[in-house]
Formats: sequence, C-alpha cells, structure tokens
Amino acid sequence: MRYLPLTGHDRVDMLAVIGASSIDDLFVDVPDVARLDGPIHDLPMHASEMAVERHMSALARKNLTAGDAPFFLGCGAYKHHVPASVDHLIQRGEFLTAYTPYQPEIAQGTLQMLFEFQTQVARLLGTDVANASMYDGSTACWEAIGMARRITRRGKAILSAGLHPHYVSVARTMAKYTGDVLDTAAPRLTADTDFEERLIAKIDDDTSCVVVQYPDILGRIADLKPLADACHAKKALLIAVVTEPVALGAITSPGEMDADIVVGEGQSIGVGLQFGGPYVGLFGCKEKYVRQMPGRLCGETVDADGRRGFVLTLSTREQHIRREKATSNICTNSGLCALAFSVHMTLLGEAGLRRLAAINHAGACRAADRLATIPGVRLVNDSFFNEFTLDLGQEARPIVRTLADRGILAGVSLGRLYPSEGALANGLVVAVTETTSEADVETLAVALEEALA
Amino acid sequence: MTINQSGWRPTAPASGAAAAPTFTGNKALMLEEPLIFEIGDAHTTGVDFAEGDVAGSRLGDLTRKTPIGLPGLSEPETVRHYTRLSRQNYAIDLGLFPLGSCTMKHNPRLNEKMARLPGFADVHPLQPTDTVQGALEVIHQLAHWLVTLTGMASVAMSPKAGAHGELCGILAIKAALAKRGDTDRKVILVPESAHGTNPATAAFAGFSVEDIPATAEGRVDTAALTARLGPDVAGVMITNPNTCGLFERDLKAISDAVHAAGGYVYCDGANFNAIVGRVRPGDLGIDAMHINLHKTFSTPHGGGGPGSGPVVFSDALTPFAPLPFVEKQGDHFALVEEETAGDHHASSFGRMVAFHGQMGMFTRALTYMLSHGADGLRQVAEDAVLNANYILRSLNDTLDAPFGGSGPCMHEALFSDDGLADGFSTIDIAKGLIDEGYHPMTMYFPLVVHGAMLVEPTETESKAALDQFIGALRSVAERAKAGDASLKTAPHFAPRSRLDETLAARKPVLVWKEPGLAVT
Repeated sequence: MRYLPLTGHDRVDMLAVIGASSIDDLFVDVPDVARLDGPIHDLPMHASEMAVERHMSALARKNLTAGDAPFFLGCGAYKHHVPASVDHLIQRGEFLTAYTPYQPEIAQGTLQMLFEFQTQVARLLGTDVANASMYDGSTACWEAIGMARRITRRGKAILSAGLHPHYVSVARTMAKYTGDVLDTAAPRLTADTDFEERLIAKIDDDTSCVVVQYPDILGRIADLKPLADACHAKKALLIAVVTEPVALGAITSPGEMDADIVVGEGQSIGVGLQFGGPYVGLFGCKEKYVRQMPGRLCGETVDADGRRGFVLTLSTREQHIRREKATSNICTNSGLCALAFSVHMTLLGEAGLRRLAAINHAGACRAADRLATIPGVRLVNDSFFNEFTLDLGQEARPIVRTLADRGILAGVSLGRLYPSEGALANGLVVAVTETTSEADVETLAVALEEALA
Repeated sequence: MTINQSGWRPTAPASGAAAAPTFTGNKALMLEEPLIFEIGDAHTTGVDFAEGDVAGSRLGDLTRKTPIGLPGLSEPETVRHYTRLSRQNYAIDLGLFPLGSCTMKHNPRLNEKMARLPGFADVHPLQPTDTVQGALEVIHQLAHWLVTLTGMASVAMSPKAGAHGELCGILAIKAALAKRGDTDRKVILVPESAHGTNPATAAFAGFSVEDIPATAEGRVDTAALTARLGPDVAGVMITNPNTCGLFERDLKAISDAVHAAGGYVYCDGANFNAIVGRVRPGDLGIDAMHINLHKTFSTPHGGGGPGSGPVVFSDALTPFAPLPFVEKQGDHFALVEEETAGDHHASSFGRMVAFHGQMGMFTRALTYMLSHGADGLRQVAEDAVLNANYILRSLNDTLDAPFGGSGPCMHEALFSDDGLADGFSTIDIAKGLIDEGYHPMTMYFPLVVHGAMLVEPTETESKAALDQFIGALRSVAERAKAGDASLKTAPHFAPRSRLDETLAARKPVLVWKEPGLAVT
C-alpha cells in the first residue's frame, strides 16, 4: 500500500476526532443492498512495484513496436522522432501533476505555455486564433461541424471523400443526434480529389460547411482556394482537417487559402504513436467566429500590479458557466499533449520544421519512385507530402498481414479502413518520415515484390 | 530546532523595509520568463537533421511561399524556458491539492514508466492486430477490472475524458429509446448540484434539461424527482457520491422508479474514488456511468488533460455501446470495429473517436490497479473518506458546514461562506490559501450552497499534511471572519497577484502578435 501514507494509529486517532467508532460508520449512508463486506473477489490483491512491472512488461513484449520494424503506417498517426527533452519536460511534476489552470496566480506556467501553444497552432494552421486543444483530430472535426451549424444556422455538411473514414464515422455518429445531414462518399483510387467534380457542385443554400482533409486520406494535396470561394459564395464555411501537421512546413496552410475553421491532429509533433491515444486536437478559426468556438481559450491580461499574465477566458462559452447553453460539453482536453506539441515545436522552430518537412517529402518521393517500379504496382497520387497510395493490383490487406509476419509493417491497407468498399481493396497507403531509412524502403520493396508475385 | 554551527549571528531585518527592485525583475528563485516569440527566432533550431540537399517536389503547386512565424530555441534554451515556466505552477507534487470533485491524488511514477515501454508507446493504432496482442490484452484486462469494480455488464473504453463519457452514456440511452420507438422522451432530469458537463451533454444530444431540487440535507429531492417522471422523461443524470460530498442514499429507489417509468439512469462517476471497492454502482440499479481514469485511477491531470472516460453499462444498454472494443476469442484478442462488427453489434450507436481510446491512460490505470489490488482500492476509498471527514469535523467550529448535520461526508467536505465579515467571500479565502502555499479548494461549486468551498483531500495525504492544511484554512477563515483587509488583495507571494479576468474577456488577446502589430 505504498501510495497510502496513513498509519493504523493515524486512522484510529482520526476516527476519534470525527467521533466515529469505525470506518464503517462513515459509510452508513450506503444501503445494505450495495454494501460490500470485503475486497471484491475475482481481482488480485495488492502487488509490489517489481511484480507489477514484470506483469506490464510481459504484455508490452507481445507487441511489435514501430521502432523494431521497417515501418510505413500513417493514416492519421505518424511515427516521428521526438527529442528526449520533450519527454523530460512534460514529466516535470509541476506540469504533469497540475490541474486545469483555474487559479491563474499559481498556474502561469501552464497558462503561458497554452498562450504560446495557441499562437504556434494558429500560425501553423494559418488561422487568426486557436484554442487550448481538443481531445484529438476526429473530435475536433465534429466540433467544427457543430460550430459551422451554429454560425450559419444551417444543417447540411458536405464531407470530402478524402476525409479520414474514422473522422467520417465520428461525425456520422454525432449527426444522428444533432440532426445534421451529412453528405459523404468513399474515395476512389485516382490522382484527383473530389473537390471539383463533387464538392463544389453540391454546395447549396442549405450547406453549413464543406469538410476536406489536407493532405487527404490517400495523401493527395489540392488547392483549397477555389473550394473556399465556392463555399463563401453560398455563405457556407470551409473546414479543413490536417492529420499530418508536419506537412504545413512544406505546403501552404489552409488558413492562407481562406479556410474558415482549420482543425487537426497534433500527434505528429511531440506526442508519439501510443496505439491511438492520447493525442491532441488542434482547433483554429477566423477571429470573427471565436465566440462560437468550443473548448478552453487562454488570453493575455494584467495582474493587480500591472504585470503581464494569462488567464482562461471567454468561459461564458463553456459548460461550467453556460451549462446546457454551452458551445460544447468539453471540459478536460489534452493539456499535457499540447505541452509536448509546444515544446517540440519550439525545439524545431521555423527552420527545423521546414527542414523536417523537406526530409519527409524527399524520402517519400524516393520511396514512391522505388515502390512504383515493382511489377503490378501503380502509384495512385500525382501529389503527396509524406504519404501516398499504391494500387497493388491485388487485395492489400492479406499482403499487409503477410509482411507483418515477416516483421515489416508495410502501411495501412484501405481494406482495413473501408472493409465494405471492394473498389478500394487493392489500395495500400504508405507513409515515409524522417525515421524511415533507405534500407527500410528497400526491405519493403523486395518483400512486397515477393509477396505480390 | 537546528543548531547554527557557523558562528554567524543573524540579525532581524528592519521591519517594513521594502526590498530594492532587482535589475532583472527576478526575485531569487522566482524567475520571470518571456514568451518564446520574444526570445526565439526563425533561424534557430534545437534539433539536428541530416545534412545535404533534399530533393522532391510532388506538392501539387502548393509549396509554401510564406513564412510561418514559428520561433525556435536551442535545446538548452528550450529546457530552461519550460523549466522556468513549470516553476510558476502549483502541482500535487508540491503539496496538498484539495480541489473538490477533481480527485487530485498522487500520480505514481511507475505508471509513467510503464506507459513509456516501447511495446505500448511505440505501436500504431492500425497495425495488424496480430502484432498488438499485448496492447489489446491491456485494454481487455482494464475492462475486466472496471466491470468487476462497478458490478456492471460491459464497458466502452474509447471515450476520451469524463464529459466525452457522459456523451457516450447519453447517446446509448438515446439509441435505446429510439430502438423501442420511444421517441417522445425528450427530457433529462438533472439535480441542481450537477457538474456543468451534465446539462451541456444532455443538451448536445437533443434533450431538454430540467433541474431537480436538492433537499435541505444536500441530497436529491426524491419525491420531486419521482413526481416528475413520466412518458416524456428519458432519464436522469445523478452524481454519486454527489457534489455536496454525500452518498445518495435513495439511489436504488430512484433507479427503480425511473425504470418503472420507462427511463434510464445515468450516473456521473466523477466521484467514484469515494466508494471504489466498497460499493458497486451496479448494485444501485444504474444503467451507465463514466469513470474518470484521471481521477480514481491516478492518471495525471497534466494541467488539463489528457483524461480518459470509459463508460460501464447495464445489460439494458450494452447492445447500444459504441465501437470499437476488444473481444477475447479463444486465446486471441480481436478488435471489433464499427466497419466489421456485423449483426452481433448492429445496435451500437457508432464510433466516438478515431482509433481505440486513450491507450496511454489505460496502461497507467491498469498499473495503478495492479499495484493497489482489490484490497488496496478498498483502502483508497476508506482513507479518502476518512481524510475528508477529518477535515470536515476539524473545521466545523470555524467554517459553516451546511450539510454537516446530514451525517458523514464521503470524499469531500463542503463549507459555505456564511459567517465571513461583510464584503468577504470564498474567493478571499481561496487567495489567502495560495499565500499559505496551497492550491485552493473548488470555489462557488456546487451552486446549491452560497459561496461553496469544496475540499477533497484524497487518500494520498498524510495526517501531518492534513493537520497543517487544517491549520492554514482555519487561520485564513478566521482572518476573513475578522475582516482582514490584506486578504482582499491576496495572493501577495504568488508569481502574480489577482489577474484582471474582465479585461481578458472584454478585449481578448488569444495569440501573440509582434509589438508593431499588437492591438493594445
């Protein structure tokens, strides 16, 4: 019981102060039907640190880690090198074991960090403002759809076929309850996005927003400006979703192309793969929409002595003040992951992020060219950043399993993401980052050629 | 008393002598720190990359043409910047953090170490499931602990935090009502003392929210609640133990009444820490409850997340639980995703998040559970409740405890601002506590008590730590009762004095701008 400081003597003394004869007296309000007389059966008793470590380590060893294999998975979560100082700093107890900064006089560390984070995110996404984080990219995306509904007072959202299918699923779940109508489609294995042929054609006077991913689920990159113009002509909003923020070191940001709300998954910067979470949702928008934003916002102010300081602000949007009229029910967000993002981004800086992006892109170009030489394999993309789609000419999912058996994590098969879309079954999405060596690419190329033969 | 062996004889400083301002603005260990935008620049980077040209231009004519405006710092400067910032934060590691309803308990470092094992930290959510059997087994084991501790039928692991878990539970209720064609039930009953997330969640799901009053003893008014039940009521959201720190004695009877009237019972499990191992909420007839792993199961709050909010369900709501979840099939752990679930899970209300939930929090929570075991978790609840009652009874000669006569409290002690001098309120006590070296308790919540002060010490405080805190709170409360004007300007010793929140909201400055561009 190493986490419990009270001694047996303490407990006796304290019960005496309280005027209780036993601990059971303090649980007197629990009705008999719900009272447990002793520790719950079927669960083990307490264990030493060494024993617990042994148990957990045995479970960890059953997984094939990204660092131990040639690794090419992306589709919303990316393997990047995170400098050691990031993890050191987020483990400082003053950050790790603090709460939401409700008492700003003794939370300036977290608050200043959030102000810096908001500025970094806004600049990266190209928006005027950004909030202090959301749970992740997928929940930020549906929050953005809800925000567009509140701003436009319209309920039809048009989702690009290139939007991550999990993000589409989350939006679909929520739309069942909010009454939003979603127009969705599955992607096709072509070089072109659905902006021209589908999205622009569908925008009408009932449209609250168009949601596009940039780069999209197949890795394709397309200009958002014509789409933004088409949205604005109908007084609809353009929401852009960025699942790989490193890309914005190399390509124009959605905000610069006049997207109204830009959301993203910040996992690539500072956070690590972690089997899907916790991650950090990025959320930026034009300044005029800030009062419809979900989530916490940190703002600059002064203290009673005139010194600059920071506080949580515009909380009249939030649940703890507005209750049922709040813009969102979100309370706890991803503060520590936002710190990891911010530290990593500070280490990178403009020069580092651009260099990182250039290395990612160059590696992806080399890998795409090499893999496209495999007989029967076609590179689907004309454009991409660090992730592209191959048409293998046969079902990709069993190939991925076969390669995994050989210790190669080859990428994400579209059959995994779209099991009911037969037309996508041959698609394999391959991500290449600064952690991917040329030897890794060669290993994959050789193995893939064998597996396809 | 330590003995001065140096021979130096201290002299008392002249009283009232103002310290001279320093050149830097720093005061010894209290260090001012500029923004990264004021000390960094676009050329500096703290990361080394491979040298040499990099080629490639498949960016579809969208190559970035403008600067982003991201400052960089070298590694030493970065470490120093964030270390200096960290020192302006209060934290559990520094002292007792009695923030009621937030369960700020010690965060064991073994949890951190286990979450960082590469087998958990460095696996991708879309790897073939054969390569992540250990990760799926962690989820499965944690799920077993959660359903066993709560006495419920199933658990949805994917919700990202408590409020997200609430949404999960309410959507399951909505799906269950829709399945039986009972779509006229549009009202969710919520006690006045509820967390703000409860009404916000119900409203998001399209329900209208009606308040249920509290009794004079601080519990849900069972008569008022049962009288309101009817064919338009979808269910109730009840926090147990409640936000007044009391066990809802009638919860089983309320559940039975709600079920008899065709509704469902959502239990806000934010305060599960008070009863873990002593009470299984399932025995009280509830249908759904979220569990904040970052409260009861010690995963760190991190300055505002990440949290994790798994939701346990009754048999009645289990078919409607969200996907994905982990299923044991023989010796194999399968990930049942929406896209592949098939008829077996046809009633699921769908997916709530990309991927499978907060794995990093799962490993920490499971580590904590294994450390404490069934016996230790029971002791957790007992010590948390003992500590709170010790504070309640030690201070009820000084502070008004509005429900002190309602019997023992559970994990948190509630006081009001009754009896303070004119013009003094809870905030003055809170800010005075800051000068005493504490994070204040939760202020002005729950709303049913005037000037509420909600004190939750948790089980990880020693008796000595509690005694010192009780002394400090008594001292500050007595100053507030005596009208000590210096409390109105507290804190005096924090990195900042009271901050102008009105200014921040009236002229929001949410991002940094270069001095020439900033609006002042």
